[in-house]
Amino acid sequence: MIADKAVQNLGPLFTNPDPDEARKYFHSKSRTKAGKLMSLKQAIELFVHDGDYLALGGFGTNRTPVAACQEIVRQGRKNMGFAGHTSTHDFQILAAGEVFDRVDIAYIIGLETRGMSPCARAYMESGRVKICEWSNFSLAARFKAAAMGIPFLPTRNMLGTDTFRYSAGKIMTCPFTEKTLALQPALYPDVSVIHVHEADIHGNCRIQGILISDDDLARASKKLIITTERLIHNDEIRSDPAKTVIPYYLVDAVCEVPYGAYPTGMPYEYYSDEKHLKEWLMVQKDLTAFTSFMKHNIHDCPDHAAYIERNGGIDRIKELRAKELMLHKEENHAEL
Amino acid sequence: MQNYNIMELMICVAARELGNGRTAGIGTGAPCAAALQAQKTLAPHLVIMFESGGVDPILPELPISVGDSRTFHRAVMAGSMFEIMQTCSRGMVDYAILGGAQIDMYGNINSTMLGKDYLKPAVRLPGSGGSNDFASLCWRTIIMSVQEKKRLVSKLDFITAPGWLEGGDSRAQSGLPLDTGPYRVITNMAVMDFEPESKWMRVISINPGYTFDDIQSNCEFELLKAPRIFTTKPPTAMELRILRDEIDPNRQIIGR
Repeated sequence: MIADKAVQNLGPLFTNPDPDEARKYFHSKSRTKAGKLMSLKQAIELFVHDGDYLALGGFGTNRTPVAACQEIVRQGRKNMGFAGHTSTHDFQILAAGEVFDRVDIAYIIGLETRGMSPCARAYMESGRVKICEWSNFSLAARFKAAAMGIPFLPTRNMLGTDTFRYSAGKIMTCPFTEKTLALQPALYPDVSVIHVHEADIHGNCRIQGILISDDDLARASKKLIITTERLIHNDEIRSDPAKTVIPYYLVDAVCEVPYGAYPTGMPYEYYSDEKHLKEWLMVQKDLTAFTSFMKHNIHDCPDHAAYIERNGGIDRIKELRAKELMLHKEENHAEL
Repeated sequence: MQNYNIMELMICVAARELGNGRTAGIGTGAPCAAALQAQKTLAPHLVIMFESGGVDPILPELPISVGDSRTFHRAVMAGSMFEIMQTCSRGMVDYAILGGAQIDMYGNINSTMLGKDYLKPAVRLPGSGGSNDFASLCWRTIIMSVQEKKRLVSKLDFITAPGWLEGGDSRAQSGLPLDTGPYRVITNMAVMDFEPESKWMRVISINPGYTFDDIQSNCEFELLKAPRIFTTKPPTAMELRILRDEIDPNRQIIGR
């Protein structure tokens, strides 16, 4: 590397950015068009292990794989690494289960304009979690670099700030222009979960609306679990291949989980359940109440369908669907 | 007797800073309200971009989350975070509108932690999110904050997003894109810019009902004065009607 300014940043690098190590893994990954359907419980048992580095699709409270987060907590995974890339409710559920002990941070603890999670904040202030600072673009660039199979991507953000100082990024001088660049090391998660609108049994996936970083995340991940609102036939995938954003060979498991993002929102399907998210934040102020909330909504639920049933069931989903589609703006609909 | 509250004032003043036909990277809350207010008043062709991927949505209501479906409702594109950020990096996004827990005299922003020891924070906050990226890569950063001593501080506990860093030409020296940086600080009491040489914050306009002393006594560092200081035009009846009736009828933001 040319004329390194030898800035030694202080953050730990939790994953190996070596592209040949990654290639070795991807070389061994199956390319067969097998059926990959299984229950979410099975998928988490098979592919999410204690100590693994985990990343999740979605952004904020949108298309967040909540069903998978709850299953990970139910199965009691520990000592995981986690990519806090615009993470909100997902981060808070995993923090409540004390699932991770190291985090790459872009956005954590908060639930955007709704406020912050006392439980997630307490866990982060406990000193039990190793941290490394990044920004949303930096983590997106780290997934992009991994998807490209290169060890880093140079960017022009972060320079001059403590965010950079407490990251594991490095600086280099551009060999063409002599500009100073921040280097974002490739991030290959051991396992990721992405919630999509439609998938076939092989794992070809369609996402409607913004992709956020999920196209790159799918490609960067060693193992990938898909939860999908609906299964569709492979013929339908082939009838309009331009709609496929994740091809089957990236995918290890396909789990049909209707409303799998609830209580976060799913574009064109259902809006976030603001009442439930408010309750989630409120109940954390009292440890006993929070423990019983967790028991009622996660530990005592066999699956996501049971969780939704306990929180209003299909009637609530209908209301959230009306809100998403703004039917309530057309006429006086259900109380939303 | 003023007929508007602090949030309404800040949103209306911020909206006036946004040029027609320009592009703005924004989040939820007051910055989003300011961008919408601009679209409905002086800048109908202001293009809103959300870091999650939405480009030029026609927002049916204020979004709750930076990625919720409202952020790409009838948009020209539902893209990706990488797409928005590379557009900023390429120099096609004019404004970033940001807030933070602490802001210093050079417009650096802290949204990461409070306390003296990073590893043992008194309060851990969410972190950068997209604010470092927007503040690094957009041409002009506009900061919105309530004027308080605990917010406008001499030394940040943590520099999350870059302002003019240590002032002078330190920002350009750092490698951040040339000619980018903080442009305005909009508080309930005043509008500030940055003195061109030192890049130190200075008062350019005082909001109705306040004096320079009020502003200074609610700021930990010493503020400079522009050669000529204006009085901020208060929100007009038309601006307030648009904000209250069309943009935030549920008082989600202006009711705070």
